[in-house]
Amino acid sequence: MPKVTFIDADGTRHDVEGKNGISLMEIAIASDIEGIEAECGGSCMCATCHCYIEDDFATNIPAIESDEDEMLGFTAADRKSSSRLSCQIKMSDELDGIEVHLPDEQN
Amino acid sequence: MSGEVSAVSSDAIVIVGGGQAAVQACLSLRKEKVTAPVIVLSEESEYPYHRPPLSKSYLSGETDDAKLTMRPAAFYESRDVHINLNHTVTSVNAVDQVVSTQASDINYGSLILATGARPRPLLLAGADLEGVHLLRDVQQSRKIKQELETARNVVVIGAGFIGLEFAAVARSLSVNDAERRVSVFEVQDRVMSRAVSAEVSSWFEQMHRDNGIEIHLQESVTRLNSQPGNGGQKISSIVTASGREVECDLLLVGIGVEPNVELALEADMICENGIRVNEFCETSAPNVFAIGDCAFHPNPFYGNKMIRLESVQNATDQARTVAAAIAGRKKPYHSVPWFWSDQGEHSLQMTGLSDNADLFVRRDGDSANSFSVFHFSADRLQSVDSVNCPRHHMLARKLISELTSPTPEQVADPQFDLKSLIS
Repeated sequence: MPKVTFIDADGTRHDVEGKNGISLMEIAIASDIEGIEAECGGSCMCATCHCYIEDDFATNIPAIESDEDEMLGFTAADRKSSSRLSCQIKMSDELDGIEVHLPDEQN
Repeated sequence: MSGEVSAVSSDAIVIVGGGQAAVQACLSLRKEKVTAPVIVLSEESEYPYHRPPLSKSYLSGETDDAKLTMRPAAFYESRDVHINLNHTVTSVNAVDQVVSTQASDINYGSLILATGARPRPLLLAGADLEGVHLLRDVQQSRKIKQELETARNVVVIGAGFIGLEFAAVARSLSVNDAERRVSVFEVQDRVMSRAVSAEVSSWFEQMHRDNGIEIHLQESVTRLNSQPGNGGQKISSIVTASGREVECDLLLVGIGVEPNVELALEADMICENGIRVNEFCETSAPNVFAIGDCAFHPNPFYGNKMIRLESVQNATDQARTVAAAIAGRKKPYHSVPWFWSDQGEHSLQMTGLSDNADLFVRRDGDSANSFSVFHFSADRLQSVDSVNCPRHHMLARKLISELTSPTPEQVADPQFDLKSLIS
């Protein structure tokens, strides 16, 4: 299975695996990654699964759609150019080894 | 996960209920560094799951059981949270601080009532026929999903969120490669009349009609007819007050919910439309809190008006409020209400409370099917319903939470940038 590394705001790294087709948010929840809350369960409604994906992997993930773009305007932590909602990114072989940085707050 | 709950220290935090509010309370208590044992007593037979998909994507199969489950078992174990499924609490003794189940008595230091709500039953002869359903839990949703495989004539009573979400899914899934007839009956003169503006009601009504759903307004179902089914009697048709008879092999009753207040009431806690709590979610009994669908609470954005909300937002935010209070860092509940409903391909998002609105102003979104209706009372923004327009919805949440109101003229002016009003 492809690998994902979630990196907490304090730098702690969590190396986990995720099935293709499952969202990064669902992988985080299944792996008990505290930095993702996802209170709406992946409906793109709450912006509490905010993450940062840096340039090395940003080219391999689908572009931001308008709903996600709007939600990202209202995240608890600062929005950066690398900001994404992890519920909107599905795991694939191309994303094997992706590093997902987590903000210090989601709500 | 059944049998006796082991004896624990008297500072234990007991949570009654196993829904969204309960799970968020577990998470937030540990985030607040509360170390007392946490014991969840849930009547359900499964680990806590997301309820919103039960009337939408779970029925269509898009959301499976794995996705429905909120957190894996390890989540609770790693936080020293003891989930007890199939545990019905029979009484609360708020004087001695003890909750009782059939199996045991448990002392608590803090008690969180997250008992939720239950669907209002249909008060008609035949409400217990095969093929007649309420929809609140995953078992009910599974049964409905199974019956949808063969049900040709589906009837829905109540054009609220649950009824319309379900109707849209039922209509979109074919039955044996044929179209299914879906009829909705509503006693009010428009759909979702309690929740949205008339303009949004009529937009959704038209959309559902265009998709082939028959919607009957100001029409009540007065009789259920039956025929022999699998062992018992099964629903065969419904008859309305005006004498219309419609064939029916699956009836969904979606006529609202009632808060589960009985435990609190029997323990002499003050209950009205729900268990009465203050801004810290404290009930009238010491060390007892109530959160989520069961809590009748003040909202600071609307003059501390007492309200009861059935929403994910309210469940999670009140759970955070309770966790902070138990941690000794009391912080009043301070949230603008927001809700959502997915019907067919369309998304409805609502924020605020509209009770006293006297002016409704439409603002168009970016595409043909995208717009919002802004509700004003004495020229102050109260609430906003957004159809396929998350931009307006998020903006409205921000405006209301910052106590900033655009003027009705600004909302009506497509050139005016509403974003310029928020900090």
